[in-house]
Amino acid sequence: MTQLDAPRTAAGTGSVPRVRRGGRAAWAGGAGLVAVVAVLGYLPYLVSRGTQVDLVGLFALVVLGTMWNLLAGYGGMVSIGQQAYIGIGGYGLVYLAETVGVDPFLSVPVAALVCALVAWPTSYLAFRLSGGYFAIGTWVIAEVVRLLVTQVDAVGAGSGASLTAFSGIEPLYRIAFVYWMSLGIAVVVVVGVYLLMRSRLGLALTAIRDDPTAASSAGVRVTRAKRLVYVVAAAGCGLAGAMIVANTLRVQPGSIFSVDYAAIMVFVVVIGGIGTIEGPVLGALVFYLLQDSLADLGNWYLVVVGGVAIAVTLLAPRGLWGLTRGRVELFPTGYRVAVRR
Amino acid sequence: MSWVNAVVQGVLLGGLYALVAAGLSLVFGVMRIVNLAHGVLAVVAAYGALVLGRALGLHPFLALLLVVPAMAAIGYLLQRGLLDRALRGGELAPLLVTFGLAIVLQNVLLEAFSADNQRLSVGALGTSGVRIADGLSIGWFPLLAALTGVAVIAGLGRFLARTRTGRAMRAASDDPEAARLMGVDDRRIYAVATALALATVAVAGVFLGARSTFDPAAGATTLIFAFEAVVIGGLGSLWGTLAGGIVLGVAQGLGAAVDPAYGVLAGHLVFLAVLAVKPRGLFPSAVTA
Repeated sequence: MTQLDAPRTAAGTGSVPRVRRGGRAAWAGGAGLVAVVAVLGYLPYLVSRGTQVDLVGLFALVVLGTMWNLLAGYGGMVSIGQQAYIGIGGYGLVYLAETVGVDPFLSVPVAALVCALVAWPTSYLAFRLSGGYFAIGTWVIAEVVRLLVTQVDAVGAGSGASLTAFSGIEPLYRIAFVYWMSLGIAVVVVVGVYLLMRSRLGLALTAIRDDPTAASSAGVRVTRAKRLVYVVAAAGCGLAGAMIVANTLRVQPGSIFSVDYAAIMVFVVVIGGIGTIEGPVLGALVFYLLQDSLADLGNWYLVVVGGVAIAVTLLAPRGLWGLTRGRVELFPTGYRVAVRR
Repeated sequence: MSWVNAVVQGVLLGGLYALVAAGLSLVFGVMRIVNLAHGVLAVVAAYGALVLGRALGLHPFLALLLVVPAMAAIGYLLQRGLLDRALRGGELAPLLVTFGLAIVLQNVLLEAFSADNQRLSVGALGTSGVRIADGLSIGWFPLLAALTGVAVIAGLGRFLARTRTGRAMRAASDDPEAARLMGVDDRRIYAVATALALATVAVAGVFLGARSTFDPAAGATTLIFAFEAVVIGGLGSLWGTLAGGIVLGVAQGLGAAVDPAYGVLAGHLVFLAVLAVKPRGLFPSAVTA
C-alpha cells in the first residue's frame, strides 16, 4: 500500500529493502471484505426479517468488541463499565426520538455524540484510577448512570420505555433500514479504528500499550491519547446501544446497563485476539454463532462465556486470530521491511 | 434523631464494608492484582454457610468454622492454579481471569440456588439490641459485625507487621526478586496471601448474608462497596480502609434516610466526590504498601 523511499544499503549487494504496509494478502483480504459487506448489504432482499434482526445483533457485537479492543487492546484500559454508554446511547435514542421529536435515524448519531460529551468530563474522574481500580471505577460510573436514569420519569424510570417513533414506517422497511444503518455503523467503526491505528495517534497508542513511561519520555502525550480513546469508545458503545434499542424497540435499565455486556465484550475480544483489528470481528462472529447453541443452556451460557475467556487468556492469549501468527493481516497497521534478492 | 440513627447505623455498616475490603486490599498490596471475583467469593461463602445451615442445622457462626478454612483452601488453590499463571501473562491477564471467574461463579450460584433472595438466620441475636434513646438503638448483630471488622483489620495489621510470613509478604510486595534472593518463596507467599484474603472474605460474606438478604448477583455490589471503601480511605492503608468503609456506610445511611432509593447512590456520589477532590483518599498512608 504505502511505499516509502528506502535508504540504499551498502553498494553492490544488489538488495534494496522495501518498507511497506500490507501486501498481497491485505489487498486480497480487503477485496474479500468489500465483497462480504456488499453481500451483507444485499441480504434484506433475500432473508427473513427475523434473520435481519439477528444480524443487527451481530453488528452490535462487532461494534462493541471493536470499541472494547480499542480501550483494552490499544489503550491498555480495562473497562467493565462501558454499559454506561451503551445505556446512554439506547436511552438517548428513545429520548431524542420520543420526547424531543428528532428523526430516529438522526437520533442515533446524536445519541453517540451525547455519549462522547458525557465521557469527556467523566474521564477526568475515571483516570484518577489505574489498572484494576480503573476497571471497578468505570463500573461504579455505570451504576451511577443506571441509578440516575431509573429516577427519570420521562424515560419510564425503573420500568423502561418503548421506541414508537418508527411506527410510521412499515415494519418490512423499518427492519431493512435499521439493518442497513447497523451494517453501515459496524463498517464505519471497524474501518474508522483501522484508520485511527494507522495514524500518528495509533502509533502513539501502540507505544503507550507497550510501555507508557517510555512512550511519555519519547514525547507521546499519554493521558491525552488515552482520553481520546476513552471518548471515542464511549461514542462507539453509544452507537451500539442505539442500534440495540432501534432493533428491539425497547429499553430497560436492568438490561441495557447490565454488566453482562462487559462479559460479552471481554469474551468477544479475548477469544478473537486482543490488540488486533480482525480479532474482535472474528470474536463477534464466534460469539454470534455460539449464542444459538448456548441459548438452551440457560445460566450455563455465561458460565461457558466466562470459562472460555479464562482459558483463552491463560492458554492462548493471542486468541483465534493469533493462530495466523501475524502472517495474514487484513488490516495492516505496521510496516514491514522486505529485502528483495 | 433519625439522622443520628442513620449515622450510627452507617458507622456499624462501615465496619462490615471494611471487613470485605481488607481482603481486596491485601491481594492488591501483595500481588498488585485487583481480584474482580472478590465480591462473588464473599457471596459463595454466604451460600456455603446457608448450605451447612440447611444440611446440618449449623448456626452461621458455627458454620464459619468450616467455611473459613474451606475458603482459605480455595484461595490457596486459586492462586496456585489460576492467578500465578495470570500474573505471568502481563497486566491485563489477571483482570480478565478474575472477571471471567466472577462471571462463572455468579452464574453457577444462579443455577444452583436460583435468583431467590436468601438470608442467614442468626436467631434472636439478629433482632435484639440495646436502646439508647428514642429512635436510636444499636443492634447486637450489627455491632458484632462492625467489631469483627475492626478485629480482623487489627489482626491483619499485626500479622503483616510482626510475623515472619507477614514480613515476607511485605518484602515480596516491595520487590519480588530481592525477596527471592533472601530465600522467600514468593509463589508460596502469594498463595498464603490469597488464602488469608479469602478467609477474611468468608467471614465478611457470612456477616453480610446474615445482615441483609443476598442473591447470586450480590457479588457485584459487594465488590463495588469494598472498592469504594478502599479508595475513599486511601490505597495501601488498612486503617484508612476502615475509615473509608465508615464514610461510605454513613453516606449510604444518610442517603437512605432521605429516600430509600438514594442510599446506594449517595455512597457512589461520595466516592466520586472523593475521587475528584482527594484522589489519594481521605486518609492516605505515608508509604504506599
